[in-house]
Amino acid sequence: MGFDILFPSVLNGLTTGAVYALIALGLTLIYGVLHIINFAHGAALMVALYAVYVLKHQLGVDPYLALPLVVPAMFVFGYALQRLVINRASHGKDENILLVTLGISIVLENLALMIFKSDTRSIDTAYTLSTLQIGPAFIAVPKLVAFGGALLTSALLLWLVARTDLGRAIRAVARERQGAKLMGIDVEHVYAMSFGIAMACLGAAACFLLPAYYVNPQVGSGFVLIAFTIVVLGGMGSFAGALLGGLLVGVVESLCGLLLGESLGQIGIFVIFIAVLLFRPTGLFGARA
Amino acid sequence: MKADLAAIAAFVLCIGVFTAATDSGVLLNALMMALYAALLAQAWNLLGGYGGQFSFGHALFFGCGAYASAIAQMSGGVNAWLALALGVAAAALLGLAVGALTFRYGLKGSYFALVTLAFAEVFRILALSLDFTGGGVGLMLPLKPAAANLQFVSRKGFIALVAGFVVLALLATAALRHSRLGAQLQAVRDNEDAARAVGVDPLRTKLAAITLSAAVTGAAGAFYLQVFQYIDPNIVFGPGISIEALVGAIVGGLGTLWGPLLGAAVLHLLADSTRNLFGELPGLNLVIYGTVLVLIVMFMPRGLAGLLRSLSAAWKARRG
Repeated sequence: MGFDILFPSVLNGLTTGAVYALIALGLTLIYGVLHIINFAHGAALMVALYAVYVLKHQLGVDPYLALPLVVPAMFVFGYALQRLVINRASHGKDENILLVTLGISIVLENLALMIFKSDTRSIDTAYTLSTLQIGPAFIAVPKLVAFGGALLTSALLLWLVARTDLGRAIRAVARERQGAKLMGIDVEHVYAMSFGIAMACLGAAACFLLPAYYVNPQVGSGFVLIAFTIVVLGGMGSFAGALLGGLLVGVVESLCGLLLGESLGQIGIFVIFIAVLLFRPTGLFGARA
Repeated sequence: MKADLAAIAAFVLCIGVFTAATDSGVLLNALMMALYAALLAQAWNLLGGYGGQFSFGHALFFGCGAYASAIAQMSGGVNAWLALALGVAAAALLGLAVGALTFRYGLKGSYFALVTLAFAEVFRILALSLDFTGGGVGLMLPLKPAAANLQFVSRKGFIALVAGFVVLALLATAALRHSRLGAQLQAVRDNEDAARAVGVDPLRTKLAAITLSAAVTGAAGAFYLQVFQYIDPNIVFGPGISIEALVGAIVGGLGTLWGPLLGAAVLHLLADSTRNLFGELPGLNLVIYGTVLVLIVMFMPRGLAGLLRSLSAAWKARRG
C-alpha cells in the first residue's frame, strides 16, 4: 500500500478527528473534570446543529457567522439545563444523573423528530464543495476550517481553565467540592457554568461541522461513545489530550476503514478504548496523576 | 426468605390467574412484554443493584444469547430448547470473560460503564460485518410452530416461558439476598477496601454477579429470538437494550427484590400506552416517556420501591 493511498487517508482521518475533538472538548470539562456522565451530549450537539440549520435555511445566516449567535445561546441552554433540571433531579447521585441526562436526550431527540421529521438535512454554501490539494490528497475546505476551529477552541478552553478565576473555581470544585464550598465558592453556579461552557463548545462544533455534514434527529447518538472515548484517551480533564485523542481516533478510524473495510472502521476505536481503559486508565496523554 | 418465597408464590398465582382468565391478544401481549422487560431489569439489578457495578452494555449479553441460540438452531440444527440453554451458557461465559478482564484491572464506576458499552459496540460492529451472523441483514428463524421448537401458537406459551425465567431470576435474587455471597457482594458495593480487609475476595464476588447477570440477560435475548423470530445486530447489540435494562432497574429501585420488576413493568406500560395514544404524532410518545423518566428521578430518588417503602413507613407511623 503506497503513500498515495495512505497519505490522503491519514489526512482525511485528521480532519474527521478534529471534528471529534471539537465535540469531545466540552465533554472533557463536564466528564473529565467534574465527572458528570452526560448522556445528552450527542442530543445537545443535534440541537445546536438544527439551530445552525434553521439560521441558514430560514434567515440565510452563514454557518460561520452564526457562531456569535449559536455559542451564547447554547451556553444559556446548558447553564439552565444543569441548574434547573439535572442538578435538581439528580440529588447528587451518579445513577440519577445518568437517568436524567438519558431522559433529556430522549426528550430532545423526539422533539426534533416532531418538529423536523426524520429527514436528513444539509445546507448549501458557496464553499461546501470546494477542496484544497495537499500533495496527492484533496481536502474539503470546511473540514480544514473545522480543524482550525478545534485548535482554537481547545486553546481557549485551556486558557480559561488554567488562567481565569472561573477556571480556578472549576478546578477547586473538581478536586474538593466540600472545601471549595467552605472557601465561599458557589458550587452550583460553577457546575452550571461548566455545563454552559461545554454546551457552548458544542455550539461552536455545530457551526464548524454542518457545512461538511448533515443533521437528523439521531445524528448525535453516533458521537456519544466516541466523545467519551476521546476524553478517556486524552487523560481525563486534559484539553490538549482531548485534541490529540480526537485526532488519533480520526486517523485510527480512517486507517481501519482502509485496511479492514468501511464497515469495520470504528472497531479500531473501541478496541483501543478498551485496551487503554484496561492497561493505561490515566489515558494516553494524561501523564499527570 | 420465607416472606420472599410467599410473595413469589403469590406472584406466580396472579400471573397464572390473569393468563387463564383472558383470551385478549392485546392484554396477553402486554403482559408478555412487561414480563420480558422485567426480566432484563432483574438481570441488570443483580450486577448493578447488588454489586454496584453499572453496566451500559448489557446488550452484549442479550445479543450473545440471541445470536448463540439462533446460530445453534439454524447452522447446527440444534433443538430450540437446547439452543436456548446454549444461548444462556454462552452469555454467562461471555459475562465471566468480560468480568475477568475488567474487574482484574480494577475498573469501576464510569470506567466500567464505558468499557461495557464499548464491548457491546465492538460486538455490534462485528455482527454487522461477519458472515456467520448474517451481517446487517440479520437472521430469520424458520417458522416451525410447535412447543417442541419453542414456537408457541398462543401467547400463553410464551408467557409461561418468560414468567418461568422471571421467577427463576426472583428466586436467584432472593437466594442472593440471604446468602453469604449476597452479603459479600453488598459489602464490596458499599466499601470495597473494608470488605477486603475482613477477608472478602472482591474479584470473586463480582465475577459471580456478572456471570449470573449475563446468564439471565442471555435468557432474555434467547426469548426475544423465539418471540420475534428475527434478530439483527442493531437491535440485539444496540444501546436500546442496554438502556431498557438499566432504566427499569434504577427507576424501580436498585438492590431490591421487586423494584426492577415494578419499574420495568410501569415504564413498559407507559411506553405502550403513549404509543397507542399518540402513535400518529411520531416522537410525542417518547417526549412524554423521557419527561416522565426525569420526573420520576426528580421526585423518587430511591425508585418506586423506595417510594412504596416510605409510604408504608408513614402509614405505620400514623397508626402508631
